[in-house]
Formats: sequence, C-alpha cells, structure tokens
Amino acid sequence: MFKKLTLAACFSTLVTGAFAADSVKVGMMTTLSGPGASLGIDIRDGFNLAMKHLNKKLGGLAAEIIVADDAQNPETAKQISERFIKKDKVDIATGIVFSNIMLAVGPAFFGAETFYISANAGPSQYAGAQCNPWFFNVAWQNDNLHEAMGKYMQDKGIKKAVLLAPNYPGGNDAISGVKLYYKGVVAEEIRTKMGQMDYAAEIAQIRADNAEALYIFLPGGMGVNFLKQYAQSGLMKKTPVFAPGFSADEDTVRGVGPAMEGVYNTSHWYREMENPVNKKFVADFQKEYGRLPTLFASQGYDAALLMDAAIKQAGGKLENKAALRKALETVKAPSTRGDYSFGPNHYPVQSYYLREVVKNADGTVGNKYVGKVADRLVDAYVSQCKMQ
Amino acid sequence: MLPLILEQTLNGLQYGLMLFLLAAGLTLVFGIMDLINLAHGSLYMIGAFIAAALFQQFQNFYLAVVLSILLTALLGALLERVLYRRLQTMSHLSQVLATFALILVANESIKIAFGGQPLSIELPASLSGTVNLMGEDLQYPLYRLLIIAVGLAVAIGLYVLVNKTRMGMWLRAGTSDRVMAATMGIRIQPLFTFIFALGAGLCALAGALLGPLLAVSVGMGEAILIPAFEVIVIGGIGSMRGALVGALLVGMIDSLGRLAMTGLLKSFAVSGAATLGATLASMLVSLLMVAVLFFRPSGLFPARD
Repeated sequence: MFKKLTLAACFSTLVTGAFAADSVKVGMMTTLSGPGASLGIDIRDGFNLAMKHLNKKLGGLAAEIIVADDAQNPETAKQISERFIKKDKVDIATGIVFSNIMLAVGPAFFGAETFYISANAGPSQYAGAQCNPWFFNVAWQNDNLHEAMGKYMQDKGIKKAVLLAPNYPGGNDAISGVKLYYKGVVAEEIRTKMGQMDYAAEIAQIRADNAEALYIFLPGGMGVNFLKQYAQSGLMKKTPVFAPGFSADEDTVRGVGPAMEGVYNTSHWYREMENPVNKKFVADFQKEYGRLPTLFASQGYDAALLMDAAIKQAGGKLENKAALRKALETVKAPSTRGDYSFGPNHYPVQSYYLREVVKNADGTVGNKYVGKVADRLVDAYVSQCKMQ
Repeated sequence: MLPLILEQTLNGLQYGLMLFLLAAGLTLVFGIMDLINLAHGSLYMIGAFIAAALFQQFQNFYLAVVLSILLTALLGALLERVLYRRLQTMSHLSQVLATFALILVANESIKIAFGGQPLSIELPASLSGTVNLMGEDLQYPLYRLLIIAVGLAVAIGLYVLVNKTRMGMWLRAGTSDRVMAATMGIRIQPLFTFIFALGAGLCALAGALLGPLLAVSVGMGEAILIPAFEVIVIGGIGSMRGALVGALLVGMIDSLGRLAMTGLLKSFAVSGAATLGATLASMLVSLLMVAVLFFRPSGLFPARD
C-alpha cells in the first residue's frame, strides 16, 4: 500500500512538473496588517484586478498568485521570501511596500535569480551602487515624489517651510529629496518616531515656527493621525500642507475625512488621467471594491501589466532569463499612467503631477488633478549604477 | 517660548490622562486578580472600532461614545466569565500566551468585520474649533481640552470609588491579600467581573475619545499597550495613585522631552539635531522606567509593601 502511494506521489510530481512550463508563479508578499496595511491591500487589490482583466493569465501562461502578509516585519518577510524561493519556486516576486523590508529580502531573491518587480518600494540603494539585473521598479524611486514636491514649492516661490518625516531611512530620503529642489529657508526639520500616534508636540512647534508651508512625509496610519490633529489645530490655512502622493491619497482621505481639504500632493498618477487603460482601471476598481483607487492600487495594476507584456514578448519562455530580462527592459507595457520607460537602473523615467484634496460637488472629499510639475524626471542615483 | 511650553504641558497632560484610562484598568486587573492581560490594548481597539461604526451609522458622536463604552464593558464582563476566570489560576506564562492569542483573534476579527483600511470619526462642529488661551499666541484645540476634562473627571471618580466606597474597600482588600479578603466574606468573583467590565469600559472611553484624533485601525491596541505597561511599572503594580502619577509622568516626559532634547542639541549646534533629538526623546520614558526599576523595584507607589 505504502509503495503504491509513493509511486502515485512520484507520478503526480512528474505530471505537475511537466505542466510547469505552461504556467507562471508570482509571489506577492506585501503588508496586509498593521499601520501600513492600507498600502499593501491596495497593491494586492490593484494586482488582482489586473489579473481579472487578463483572464488570470500572464503573457498567455496560466498564472498562480501566492499572496503573503509580511506584517511590515523584516524577519517575517525573510521567512516568506525563503518559502517563495525554495518551496513555491516562484518565477517572479512583487508586492513589498516598505524599503527596509525590500532591502532585507532583496539579496535572497537576486541570489536565486528570481525577478523582482517592485510595485512600491524604490530604495536608493537599488537605484544606485547596488542596482542589479533582477530588480525592476514599476512605481518610482523613493525620492522622486519628494523631489517633485520640492520643485513645486520652489516654483511657487515659498520662502520658509517646515519639513517633517519619521526617523528612519525612508524619512531621511524624503527630506533630502525635497531639499534637492526646494532652496528656501528650512525653519525646522522635525523627525518623529516610527509609528507615532500623537503629534501634538510637533504641531506646537510648527505653530511657533510661523512658516509658509509644511512638508510632511508620513505613510499609512501616521499620516492619518497627523492630518486629523493638524486640521483640528486650525493651522491648515495658515501653514498649508504639502506632501508626496503616498501621504495624501484616497486611503488617507478616508481616514481623515473632510478636514483634509486643501492638502497638495505630488504623484506619477492621478485618477482623471485620460487614457483607456486608466479609465477601465478606475471604473472597474470602484465596481469591484467599492472604494476609489489610490496610486498604490495603480502600481499593483501596472506591475501585472508589465509582467504580462514582458512574458508575451519573451515568447512565454520563463526559463530563458536573459530573454525575459531584455523584454522587461524594453517592452512598452500598457500602464494606468500612460507613457513610461525604464532607465539603465531599471527605475522608471516618467512625469509627475500635482493634485489637491478638494470638496466635490456631491460633498465628498477627494484628490483632484491640478497640473504637471516635472517632465520625465530621472532619479538622482542612476549615475552610480553600473548595471551588469 | 512660553506659549510653546504651555502648549506642550497641556499636550503632555492630555496624553498622560488618556494613558491613565488604560493603565487604571490594567493595574487593577494585574494587582487584584494577579493576571497579565496583554489583550487590554485590544479592548481599546475594539472600543474605538465600535465607536467609529456606530458613528458612521447614526452620525452622532456622543451616542457613539456612550454606546461603545457600554458594549465594550459588556464584552469585558463576558470575557472575564468565559476566559479570564479560567486563566486566573494558571501560571503567568499561560496567561501571556492566552491573552497574546486573544490579540491575534481580536485583530483578525476586526479585519474581517471592518476591513484593513482605517476608519474615521468626525467631531461635531461644536467641538472642532480652537480656543485662544493666550491671545493669538496659543490657539489650543477645544477637543483636546475636553479630553483633559474627561480624563480628570474619571481620575477623580476612580479616586472616590477606590477610597470612599464599600466597593473600593473590597478592591483595596483584594489587592492587599486576595485569599484573606475572600476568607473575610468578600464575594470575590462578582468583584472580578466588575473590575473587568470597568477596565474594558475605560479602554473604550479612551479609544472612542481618541478616535477623532487618531486613525482607528487594526494594531492600534499594541501601539498603546507598551506605554500603558510602562506606566504601571513606573507607578507600582496594583496602585491607582501610581497609575495616575506614572501616566502623567510618562505623558509629560514624552511631550516636553521631545521639545527639550531637540532644543538642547540645537543650542550646542550639534549637526543632525532633529534626528538625534527625536531618537533621544523616544528613549527618555524607557530610561525613567529603568531608573525606577533600579531604585524602587516595586514602583513609585507600591500597592503591597
């Protein structure tokens, strides 16, 4: 009996092994719990919507998507990535939200020659000296949205600003990104604790600084907390808030409510974008999930579209990694943001736009497109990249 | 400079009093029932979510707060009857494991019921303005003043309850010596249920009151649990007075410390003062706790001598 079972097991392995070439496995590890969960949920939902539109196929191959929650914890993320590489043997991985997690698990994926298509995390390391053939970012380099806002603040002629970000590497990148273009006086640089809830102390400082503008970078729940409290302190009119798109998208608006009116933010994507891919994405996202999409959702969607287009161009041959890499680098994948291309470091070269949170005619509050801020912005690290 | 210091003092007071609402329940349960309840923060989260859900249903802030307190207190009583009563006789390790499991269950349940996206509670227009405290120099949010007032009222109420009522006498007797109190004829089981419901209700009060200030989201309970434990370790486990003093100390150090640390470093022209100041300030509370543990291991106001 036991022999028969073993034999059957052997056969079934052989059979699935034979079919493996006609299918593609994608490991989607993202943050689905904790304060940063709303970001990961949107990336996952955007990706899933694209899979629905693509009839569960990527480049003609039947796709299996394995979803896992890293809980914003690098240790958990390491275990999951090991599982993706050794047990599930995924062909492509995606989904990570936070750069510190990306940096913790990146080497394992690259060492195993697994393609990583980042739908969010865009650390400077992988754009510069540590750039490598296996990593592609379909969203942006971390600093880009900050740089775009710095440029807008400079163009607008702001003379005195307060800059606020959490005390971690991403926060430092944010501040240096703004300062690359904004040349006015920095009245104060405030660093807050990661995961901080109450910002009364910082708000008191901002009040005392009497600046023309406040730049904040507080992803996830931190941004919701801060903006709620800032609005209540009555400072929104006196010192208006400028932010990167990831601190002011619809997920934050939902958490903060009408008090968010008047927040300016930059993004590589906006909801009203006039292109057929985006129109379908926005309409179906609302239909499917009953809420407005965010830039994170658009990134998840675009990641799936890139995989689809690249696998198609490589003729569905996943085992030919050189061909797939070439396809990823050169393919003109459809995208919700319209046109974009990859620079030599596998980071996108694209335009950035200004959005404002406004009250709509029906009384709801949401982001509205204002204008273009930067045209085909290239990240600041590409010159340090010597791609193999 | 003066308005800034005054504003930070008010902020510290407000944060401290909110911590007190959580620490009060935690210290009673720990002190009287000798039970480590890691899921205390989950009750705070549940209270906030119930308030947010009720608010979205009825669009009435006051109703949402009151109902959320009652419902969470009921849930606390229920948990005590079905779970904590059994845990009480077990080792601390079993309690930690069981109540940690309860955190996971609570987080997942909330995620299933409300989704992973944060919810919001809006303030009624009458509470959302600012008050001029020193002319134009210091406009302080009215709502934060209200939180301070509610926190003080609860502190006074708990003081009266513990020190001036028969129930309070039982509580104090239970804290000093549970077995002796039971032997002397105090019906200890209903008392435990009451303590639990009270603790849960206070959690819900804090959660619902902070709802308009903070993101009502999964995981908010764990974030506040650690400062709440720091408070009761500093104040002395089981002592209501210790919880109040500890909470105010932690609140003040947290808000004035951030201001002082950055200012101090800047006056010495240290480069990267903002980053370093933030890092040092976040260590201050832990340093205080270490100092208290070193010099007075049973806290500032130990309940049992």
